[in-house]
Amino acid sequence: MRIFDPHIHMSSRTTDDYERMAAAGVRALVEPAFWLGQPRTNVGSFTDYFDSLVGWEPYRASQFGIRHHCTIALNPKEANDPRCRPVLDVLPRYLAKDGVVAVGEIGYDSMTPDEDAAFSAQLALAVANDLPALVHTPHRDKVRGTQRSLAVVKESGIDPGRVVIDHLNEVTVGLVKDSGCWMGFSIYPDTKMSPPRMVAILREYGPERILVNSAADWGKSDPLLTHATGAAMREAGFSDDDIDRVLWRNPVEFYGQSGRLDLSDMEDLAGTYAGNSILRGGD
Amino acid sequence: MTGVDELRGVFVAVAEDGWLSTALARVAADPAAINHLFPAVGRHCGRAPLAALPTWSTDDAARALLLLALPPGDGLPDRVELLYRYGDAAEKRAVLRALPLLVLGAAAVPLLQDAIRTNDPRLLAAALGPYAAHLDDATWRQAVLKCVFMGLPLSCVADLYQRADAELATMLAGLVAEREAAGRAVAEDVHALLHHLTAATEG
Repeated sequence: MRIFDPHIHMSSRTTDDYERMAAAGVRALVEPAFWLGQPRTNVGSFTDYFDSLVGWEPYRASQFGIRHHCTIALNPKEANDPRCRPVLDVLPRYLAKDGVVAVGEIGYDSMTPDEDAAFSAQLALAVANDLPALVHTPHRDKVRGTQRSLAVVKESGIDPGRVVIDHLNEVTVGLVKDSGCWMGFSIYPDTKMSPPRMVAILREYGPERILVNSAADWGKSDPLLTHATGAAMREAGFSDDDIDRVLWRNPVEFYGQSGRLDLSDMEDLAGTYAGNSILRGGD
Repeated sequence: MTGVDELRGVFVAVAEDGWLSTALARVAADPAAINHLFPAVGRHCGRAPLAALPTWSTDDAARALLLLALPPGDGLPDRVELLYRYGDAAEKRAVLRALPLLVLGAAAVPLLQDAIRTNDPRLLAAALGPYAAHLDDATWRQAVLKCVFMGLPLSCVADLYQRADAELATMLAGLVAEREAAGRAVAEDVHALLHHLTAATEG
């Protein structure tokens, strides 16, 4: 099983995690810029973090044979802090980097006017820089947050096929399916989504435009839950081709739209699944 | 050391798609254009080693030429510093490698110091090229020792045998003794350097 984790915060994880992920079949990942447990208070704190996402962290990943890409943005929670908002001015510097495959995580936390402004401004940056967008949906007031996110995406003029709406569940998946955006699911030990629930959603909605991630970070989370989801799919009777599509080809297709996904010179990929070389991406 | 003309000559064949020649012209006309061209080099020119100059990767060489296209003068050190500051690891490496080709005096020494503080072998190696002649001896010795500690081949250090001194020999001998006491291997190039330094002292 080859796995591309389309959303995982590796800066918060240890080298043991990298080792276990590689052993479980994780060959590539995307690390979205987000908040840390401790709120930041200035722009320099963000730029040091972004530097790590395009510098140190890809190096760390490469030591385990894992290809690291990232997304860059001012996250919704910290968009509410006037000391952090000027980070919007330095984003274009980072959105130009090789390893940056989308603008994100953007979206809503508490649905404030400041979050509205940062969300729209960054969707415009995605369009201007020809990048996809990764949209976080709020953990509180989730249905209305998802509806409002879809409305803002529509208003921005970005192609919905270049947007993933993340952290979905049984209640929000249908809204996003109808919008044409990609549907992201974060498989967590107790909360957001579990492997058996994910299997049920895949049965109902099919594998098209679906991304499965671990969203592992500094909280209680597990970077191997992508693999566990693949195992649950197999047990439920999904074919190897379906599993490969959800866990590898879908994220390659979505982030490949950036034109910057670099999966060249990777061993064990071309030919691991008959007829689907990585050069063909999401064909 | 690779000369500017050599680099330019070798690159003519690589830049056949025209992206680089256009970029060079744009930077010469408008130096600020380098801010968005510099990060895009790898995507347009590739990253493989240059066939005719294998110690340079294509992206490093192309970025060096972009830096050389900047108008020389008072604004140059600040522009180079900002490209390094906001560079990803590949851009930082390219800036470091280009430093000895640019007319900067010792103005870019803080960039080397930054690179030496990292634990990224690509940056450490690039910081110990010919421009490291501007580093003071204590900083240079610590950087060389760090190469040994991190397992980098000492071929990345410019003028190593010319500059290595008795103090560096003492530091290396200490590291070698620690490694051997722990039953860990020490690279052959370290033994060779130490042997050379010890022989010089004894001779």
